[in-house]
Amino acid sequence: MKKSRLKFILAVVAGAVFASSFSGCSKSSSQASEQTVKVGLLHSLTGAMAISEKSVRDAEVLAIEEINAAGGVLGKKIEYVEEDGASEPSTFATKAEKLINSDKVSTVFGCWTSSSRKAVKPVFEEYGALLWYPVQYEGMESSPNIIYTGAAPNQQIVPAIEYLIEKGYKKFFLLGSDYVFPRTANMIISAQVKAAGLEIAGEEYASMDQTDFAAIISKIEAAKPDVIINTLNGTGNVSFFKQMAEKNHSSEDYMTMSFSIAEEEVATIGANILKGHMVCWNYYQTTDTEKNKAFVKAYKGKFGENRVTSDPAEAAYDAVYLWKAACEKANSFEVEKVLEAIKGGGISFDAPEGKVEINGENHHLAKTVRIGVVDASGLINEVYATPKPVEPDPYLKTYDWAVAAGVQPLE
Amino acid sequence: MAQFINTLFNAVSLSSIVLLTSLGLAVTFGLMRVINMAHGEFVMVGAYATYAVQNLFSAIFPKSIQPLYYFAAIPAAFAAAFALGSLLEFFVISRLYKRVIDSLLATWGISLILQQAARSIFGTQGVNVTAPPFLQGGIFINGCTFSYNRIFIIALVGICVLAVYLIMYKSGFGKQMRAVMQNRAMAQCMGINSRMVDNVTFAIGSGLAGIAGCSVALLGSVDSTVGQNYIVNAFMAVVLGGVGKLLGTVLGSSIIGSASIFAENYTSSSIAKAIVLLIVIVFLQKRPQGLFVIKNRSLDE
Repeated sequence: MKKSRLKFILAVVAGAVFASSFSGCSKSSSQASEQTVKVGLLHSLTGAMAISEKSVRDAEVLAIEEINAAGGVLGKKIEYVEEDGASEPSTFATKAEKLINSDKVSTVFGCWTSSSRKAVKPVFEEYGALLWYPVQYEGMESSPNIIYTGAAPNQQIVPAIEYLIEKGYKKFFLLGSDYVFPRTANMIISAQVKAAGLEIAGEEYASMDQTDFAAIISKIEAAKPDVIINTLNGTGNVSFFKQMAEKNHSSEDYMTMSFSIAEEEVATIGANILKGHMVCWNYYQTTDTEKNKAFVKAYKGKFGENRVTSDPAEAAYDAVYLWKAACEKANSFEVEKVLEAIKGGGISFDAPEGKVEINGENHHLAKTVRIGVVDASGLINEVYATPKPVEPDPYLKTYDWAVAAGVQPLE
Repeated sequence: MAQFINTLFNAVSLSSIVLLTSLGLAVTFGLMRVINMAHGEFVMVGAYATYAVQNLFSAIFPKSIQPLYYFAAIPAAFAAAFALGSLLEFFVISRLYKRVIDSLLATWGISLILQQAARSIFGTQGVNVTAPPFLQGGIFINGCTFSYNRIFIIALVGICVLAVYLIMYKSGFGKQMRAVMQNRAMAQCMGINSRMVDNVTFAIGSGLAGIAGCSVALLGSVDSTVGQNYIVNAFMAVVLGGVGKLLGTVLGSSIIGSASIFAENYTSSSIAKAIVLLIVIVFLQKRPQGLFVIKNRSLDE
């Protein structure tokens, strides 16, 4: 008797909560169509990639709130619908379909890994929707439905190797995680280094969850390279650098150039270990522009003093503003018209990294390339920057050595 | 020669890490037959406990004794994982004994919950555990560098194995433990509180995983997925060694650790992984029960 009454009460309460949450939902969405425009955010909030994607998602939210505070886009406030890709490419694909199909968002900002981007690409192309992808990647892609706001290989990898060659490094050791980005990057680097008549002393790949680098480190010691080109991603970086340090190695005897270590990763690995090592990005927290001072202040103000801004976060922040600029030029939120406006060229944004502009042909941005060195406090200081933004060339068609070596997508 | 000694040291070092992570599993899976998918998360708890102790020390103690945090971190990591293991056993596992598949699913769910909890508490970005100065760097002898923290971990494993051996085979509690695991009904008739024995045994296994977490924090990253990276090797070591035998786990870990280092020296790391798996598969084809088998009278095995 007592038990069944309890159950009844529970059922009523649950039902009431359920109903109220439903009515709450429908209310906000009916409002949405009138004064707001909906966009989707699609990142991993759980799983292995959540570590990296959180900062990108936060930067997008910051940009949206700033735009809303300044009056919105075409007179409408932006309302974001957030979905969790859960570090699983198939989940990314289903969530992308949900955002496009049932939420009817105007555009989606999302993805980090190349595998998640490749999983959602057919979805966006099929529905004629629009995705803004904010991370540097291996290139060899140019979808009509994706805008790439991170660096293409010729805006990160190629200039970094050029810089090293110029500085007199002769023996290169390639170390990466075992997936598409490092393998493509190393294919490009091999072609470039060999064309310069220099030597690749070794090439090693570690699986994503590898924790012991002792064997790889002994191979590096045996090869005695001048510089290690590091495309490790995620936790592998921490293990590799900690285990180099325990062998008494530092940037003085084994210099590294890393493509996946930004400010956040430096904090995790430890600045005392990474001090003096080189990285290459388009943006650092220390990048000296007026816009960047405001960006760093706003980011820390919203998410905490101990948070740091990084290249992918900045590229994600730019993506939202570039979408706004494209919509304003098109005077519409319709994907077809926005893409038309982008194709016409001239969509630019005065970003924290300096002015960026979308290339209407290949959907990548013209970006300044910066080589940085990690300092003892964990920040990255610029030691070299290209004099002007580098035009994107995702297929490396304008580089003779790449054409001669037949560099092409690994698929 | 220097090259060979270096490789040998790396092999011993990796074996010791595999052994440290599988020692707890040798107790919970080996003795109690609980397939605990959340074992890796106890490693994670130990690693985060180390981080917490490090921060506590740098907040309240003067700089001179801060490096000693690591000696406080080891018992703290053990205690945290021990307590969590005890709670888990009491509320979940104890209800699922003899239901292997159910306990597998339940512990997998718990592992996901613990990972997300770690993300919510410590943030999604990994945290940085700095080795105390006396464990940084290494000693250089004859062309080989022996790093201090690896030597320290090898010693720590030795102590842990000895402690487990003493508890299991030389103490009164160990006798009760083995009695319960071998013949529960008979042990209960003799007046042994089998519920208490189950709980403490599981908690000890979890605590050992906590110590493992404390030492792997020195070698790699500390984030919510750290445990996942070690769990597969740990299960393989226990199965290879023969479920239920301490010496088996020691040998199983050595085989897996050495095989992967030597294979990786001559091939790549993914091939090395495949070779290790192949060795385990071939071995279990020949001896399905592992290196050592406990002889007993029960007919159901």
